[in-house]
Amino acid sequence: MSAPSAVPDVPLAPRLLPAGSYAGRARMLLLRSATASRRTWLAFVSGFFEPIFYLLAMGQGLGSLVGELPGPGGASLSYAAFIAPGLLAASAMNGAVFDSTYNVFFKLRYARLYDAMLATPLGPIDIALGEIGWALLRGGLYATGFLSVMAAFGLIASPWALLALPAALVVAFAFGAIGMAATSFMRSWQDFDLVTLAVLPMFLFATTFYPLSVYPRWLQLVVECLPLYHAVELMRALTTGAVHLGLLSHLGYFAVMIAVGVVLASRRLDALLLK
Amino acid sequence: MSDALVQARDLRKRFGAFEAVRGIDVDVARGEVFGFLGPNGAGKSSTMRMIACVSPRSGGSLQVLGMDPGSDGPRIRARIGVVPQLDNLDTELSVRENLEIYGRYFGLSRRRVRAKAAELLEFAQLTERAEDPVEPLSGGMKRRLTIARSLVNDPELLLLDEPTTGLDPQARHLLWDRLYRLKREGVTQIVTTHYMDEAEQLCDRLVVMDDGLIVAEGSPVELIERYSTREVLELRFLPEHRPAAGELAGLVERVEELPDRFLLYTADGERAQAEVARSGLRPLSALVRRSSLEDVFLRLTGRSLVD
Amino acid sequence: MAEVTAAVVPAPSASGRVPGRAGGIGIVVEHHWRWYRRNWRATVVSSVLQPLLFLLAFGVGFGALVSGSGRVEVATGGVGYLVWLAPALLAMSAVQSAAFESTYPVLSGFKWQRVYHAMAAGPLSAAQIGLGHLTWIALKMFASGAVYVIVIAVFGGVTGPGVAVSLVAATFTGTAVAALVMAFAATVENEGSAFTGLFRFVVIPMTLFSGTFFPVDRLPAVVRPLAWVSPLWHGTELARSAALGRWQPLAAAGHVAFLLVLLVIGAVLVARQFRRRLTP
Ligand SMILES: Nc1ncnc2c1ncn2[C@@H]1O[C@H](COP(=O)(O)OP(=O)(O)O)[C@@H](O)[C@H]1O
Ligand SMILES: [Mg+2]
Repeated sequence: MSAPSAVPDVPLAPRLLPAGSYAGRARMLLLRSATASRRTWLAFVSGFFEPIFYLLAMGQGLGSLVGELPGPGGASLSYAAFIAPGLLAASAMNGAVFDSTYNVFFKLRYARLYDAMLATPLGPIDIALGEIGWALLRGGLYATGFLSVMAAFGLIASPWALLALPAALVVAFAFGAIGMAATSFMRSWQDFDLVTLAVLPMFLFATTFYPLSVYPRWLQLVVECLPLYHAVELMRALTTGAVHLGLLSHLGYFAVMIAVGVVLASRRLDALLLK
Repeated sequence: MSDALVQARDLRKRFGAFEAVRGIDVDVARGEVFGFLGPNGAGKSSTMRMIACVSPRSGGSLQVLGMDPGSDGPRIRARIGVVPQLDNLDTELSVRENLEIYGRYFGLSRRRVRAKAAELLEFAQLTERAEDPVEPLSGGMKRRLTIARSLVNDPELLLLDEPTTGLDPQARHLLWDRLYRLKREGVTQIVTTHYMDEAEQLCDRLVVMDDGLIVAEGSPVELIERYSTREVLELRFLPEHRPAAGELAGLVERVEELPDRFLLYTADGERAQAEVARSGLRPLSALVRRSSLEDVFLRLTGRSLVD
Repeated sequence: MAEVTAAVVPAPSASGRVPGRAGGIGIVVEHHWRWYRRNWRATVVSSVLQPLLFLLAFGVGFGALVSGSGRVEVATGGVGYLVWLAPALLAMSAVQSAAFESTYPVLSGFKWQRVYHAMAAGPLSAAQIGLGHLTWIALKMFASGAVYVIVIAVFGGVTGPGVAVSLVAATFTGTAVAALVMAFAATVENEGSAFTGLFRFVVIPMTLFSGTFFPVDRLPAVVRPLAWVSPLWHGTELARSAALGRWQPLAAAGHVAFLLVLLVIGAVLVARQFRRRLTP
């Protein structure tokens, strides 16, 4: 069938997924999000300040109770330098989870925005990639801002810290993909308590605010399974310069999260939207 | 390839064990306005969503613009316009941005969508509201914007699911006028509605749908001729004066008994009214009117369309 | 024709009555309670679990990190970190849930579920609807605070009966914050970024810089005055001095007076904004 059409031929990867679910136009969703965020710029900008407030308050205030801590390489660290990479990881997680759960759920169930998009040549994969892409773009901007603040406060000890930016994007991608997959299972706003229940304990316990050594061994093993723990470890190693090959295992962890999240999210969105 | 823009044979849609569309045949020719008339739950929206390629069919065959929605969804969607039953405008964007961004989803260039948006704002009489947010617009304005949005890709086929439900009479007439203009420009339209006056106004040809099936097909005039009489006499009674349906049956061709009134089908309503008076019945009110699609529906299904 | 029907149907007599001032508020509270009975699970996470997690993370986890260094005792005036932190978390969680409960649910009452409009169609006044909701938020805060006190006690954070006063102080603080936030929320037409901005620029800094986790004198001198205008700082001071038995009558009177002024301003604004929005 050679009907005239504005739809480009799609290369091979999305062939794994149902026909017609990808038009190769995910970037149009970025355009849409960017246009929309001009009207909600305050919320957009505020995301940058949240981790900085934490860094100022906890770094200074709690830091006065702690003094120095041993860092990943063994050298001692100021408390602010200890929590800063943790906050960077946590804010990558929080931003991505918020975007991919609350925001996506609202658009899916209330605004029926995706229904409108699907009436055009766009397919579910365009939507999933476009939304995750926007979350990453935003996360990337915040991470850049936060790293600049860290540098200004002298909390960066190594040029490896430059890699913390791409690392933050990987972390955000992983949490965004899983978050979107989870959202596709949510039935009502009440289910979002489960999101808080997953995110808040990680933020508080996954070594953001104190080292693993505080816990008994069995609890250490539990914490080591949490995705945010791997993100914090990765960031802390990069900003302090204690880099070693073992860090690749953290990346492996996120690669699995991304793969599972993307496949699950696309499948579920397909089933949800194309009833 | 036939000349039909949409061709369905034994088309079916199941949701779990429930079958919402139970095997329908439809042919929509280029340039016509085709209607699905039926009560809530008849399966109109389910059918429209299958034609719009956003709902896979459960059985039968379906061709839209000569292609199969199952495998050519994006290609088909690139050439049609869709007005869903419930407005799904992007509330985070302004009126103009709604048109421009939607156009970009179709792969239109920036320049093209800018020009198109200006033209459509004019068409929808929304130019003054172009920079406003969508939410505070009235129902009629939102509907016009949704219709304008569906035209952004110059569609060959326009699908309108209950375009005027919930609008006040003035807003409805304005919308009908816009749809009439589109028809003159040669845009093929498929409209669903549960208003018979809307179907009569808009449609060249329509099918009456009930319970997932098509129960009749034709132009509004044909359907009325085939299934009803020229005129109808509507009688209301106080409960204590209400006669049995049998008492009226002898006076006219056919009598329908509704909870609040009787409908007497006859070629000459005035004469039937006189006969009712002569037979000593005391209706609270009596009204003679022309037959409408409502009567066709009542005849076909034994139920009133608007309940 | 009208005469005919009048003969058949007797004129109905309405059974509705106009409630008194407090009675109206009571009716609104009852409405929220009925809804809550069916949906209480949703709030358990935010009102009980959340402060518990903070208690564990900072009181227990962080407490273990800093115990024995001597620095903590200097900051807390000699008591353990958990004991020092617990009453402050009580106030913090009251303020957090106050802020949350008086933003989205209020917008929803006006816009999404429109329960306020449904109530206003009856004999209730706009002020009763607003203040009734505020009363309900205060009662709920008190109840979840009470549960939280039990939790603290289990973890060894309670040293005496003064914590009951802490609970009252925390609820009082939360109510003052809820009143102000509610008055603001009643002016919001569109979720947009208003609430996100409120949370990120007001609520979160307030929870971080009001002396919950560390004494405010550990902050740079330029930042400290921020704490003085923060209702949470006043509430934290009250809750903590009650729990630790460190009363300073004059200071306490000052804190109470400040919070009372906020509460009255807030309540007046709530009544006014609700009236404006419901009876334009
Ligand atoms: N997604 C769905 N899941 C289950 N049942 C559905 C779904 N959509 C529609 N239905 C059912 O299918 C029937 C036809 O619905 P619909 O096509 O919307 O009718 P209409 O548009 O004529 O009012 C209704 O009984 C409706 O409840
Ligand atoms: Mg429908």
